[in-house]
Amino acid sequence: MNEMSKSQITDAKKRYAAGVLKYAQMGYWDGDYQPKDTDILALFRITPQEGVDPIEAAAAVAGESSTATWTVVWTDRLTACDQYRAKAYKVEPVPGTPGQYFCYVAYDLILFEEGSIANVTASIIGNVFSFKPLKAARLEDMRFPVAYLKTFAGPPTGIVVERERLDKFGRPLLGATTKPKLGLSGKNYGRVVYEGLKGGLDFMKDDENINSQPFMHWRDRFLYCMEAVNKATAVTGEVKGHYLNVTAGTMEEMYRRAEFAKELGSVIIMVDLIIGWTATQSISNWARQNDMILHMHRAGHGTYTRQKNHGISFRVIAKWLRMAGVDHLHCGTAVGKLEGDPMTVQGYYNVCREMHNPVDLPRGIFFEQDWANLKRVLPVASGGIHAGQMHQLIDLFGDDVVLQFGGGTIGHPMGIQAGATANRVALEVMVQARNEGVDIANEGLEVLRKAAKWCKPLEAALDTWGNITFNYTPTDTSDFVPTASVS
Amino acid sequence: MRITQGCFSFLPDLTDEQIRDQIEYILSREWAVGIEWTFEPHPRNTYWEMWGHPMFDLKDAKGVMMELADCRKAHGDAYIRINAFDSSRGWETVMMSFIVNRPAQEPSFRTWRQEVDGRAMRYTHEMVGGMPG
Repeated sequence: MNEMSKSQITDAKKRYAAGVLKYAQMGYWDGDYQPKDTDILALFRITPQEGVDPIEAAAAVAGESSTATWTVVWTDRLTACDQYRAKAYKVEPVPGTPGQYFCYVAYDLILFEEGSIANVTASIIGNVFSFKPLKAARLEDMRFPVAYLKTFAGPPTGIVVERERLDKFGRPLLGATTKPKLGLSGKNYGRVVYEGLKGGLDFMKDDENINSQPFMHWRDRFLYCMEAVNKATAVTGEVKGHYLNVTAGTMEEMYRRAEFAKELGSVIIMVDLIIGWTATQSISNWARQNDMILHMHRAGHGTYTRQKNHGISFRVIAKWLRMAGVDHLHCGTAVGKLEGDPMTVQGYYNVCREMHNPVDLPRGIFFEQDWANLKRVLPVASGGIHAGQMHQLIDLFGDDVVLQFGGGTIGHPMGIQAGATANRVALEVMVQARNEGVDIANEGLEVLRKAAKWCKPLEAALDTWGNITFNYTPTDTSDFVPTASVS
Repeated sequence: MRITQGCFSFLPDLTDEQIRDQIEYILSREWAVGIEWTFEPHPRNTYWEMWGHPMFDLKDAKGVMMELADCRKAHGDAYIRINAFDSSRGWETVMMSFIVNRPAQEPSFRTWRQEVDGRAMRYTHEMVGGMPG
């Protein structure tokens, strides 16, 4: 592509003559553009087809995610079209990955409806991911201006208020997912909930696909789980909870289930990511109205977040969810059974928990983000973790996280209560040691072994799972540092 | 029954040396330290009695340990907890809370169930024992 075809045609007659122009010629590329503080910014990783110039490809992304279509239309001239065009303003080769480019696009704020993630997504990911001149495209990161964030209410509860409401400070919260996730009757299911909570967990949890199946109607589940929660509160003197999954086929049915959870006195409900953005914002409003903590299980995200060359990075999903308004969000464990490079996962945690994200390329944060006082989301680490990894988990993620040991609680050789106690003791002893100045990343296992001498359930947990690791090479890693794997 | 509120209730009761270590940690984070006590550790009893105001600008754990000793002398059969407060913007809340004194005989909780519409239940937790005569 020569230099002429990379720059906008300024002569109006030529620019708006019927026919097809390059996107760059139409004005969707401006290498000199300085993004405004009020612009929404997006970073795409694109893989152009052979022979497609990366700058033209970037301009096409900007065009197709804003005003363009494949051919010139004269009706542009009825609008302030120069301002409505998104501008690709920077294109860089991805380090160490030939054929891929990072392309930065700026969008004027007027292009977006206030308080609507549906509108943001329809614009930014509506069209471009199927665009033929690109082999693949991935939305890596976004920057939202304060002006736009202020149109969202954000998390209904947030970390600070959740901790105050639950009276739990200074340590990660502990949870477990009820297993087996399908097949238990309501009464048997509640038994698992009671045992886990009595043993020392703060929360038990429905799994993503527990809704209202023939073996357990949702009302039955809610009733037995709340019996378990209340009984466990009485025998421990602690506030306890169970994430009641209200995910259902229609919004009306979700509200019905949420109302019942409220009537029964539950402190928390849960939904799955697959309910969609609009449903999430609606149930978030309901949760805010009813003093309910809202747990988000990221069911389905792996279909579009895992592969590096195509889809959406989870850090973008996390940003959208903080805006849409959830209180808990599954963000990965780095050490467990599910995908996640440690630094990339820490990047998601920072998106959820910090009031300001600086640029942090090793953690995959490409833009500075001021969260405009939107409340903090509590990340959840869940999937194939056990008490023997407690030092790694606390070292990686700190105190503001829910650590969920499902199999690591329920599969304990001495029973569910013992499994829960092993996890709680491991957690408390590790927080105590860290506060005392112990280097838990290196000496954590010693701390656990010492506690196992007086805590039989912990000893049994370490004997059973102490050597279990999930050491696979992550697929979604930073392009800016060598990937370290946690063993 | 052993009430498991606070962040170290599953460990053996902390020794004074261990309590001092945690206070040193709190002071190293520049958090204020508050001592609170109660005879009523109901999970929804948010406001325990304050043993004076939270201590701001402390440099040495010794001051807290002296206050704790005095509080124990006055309310030896009460629950006493140490709270850490962070005043930095965006937190402005308790960052840590742990029990440092328990009565010899801990109370328990009785669950009252009231059957209401359908099979729904209203639950209330009532403390049994523990209150001083």
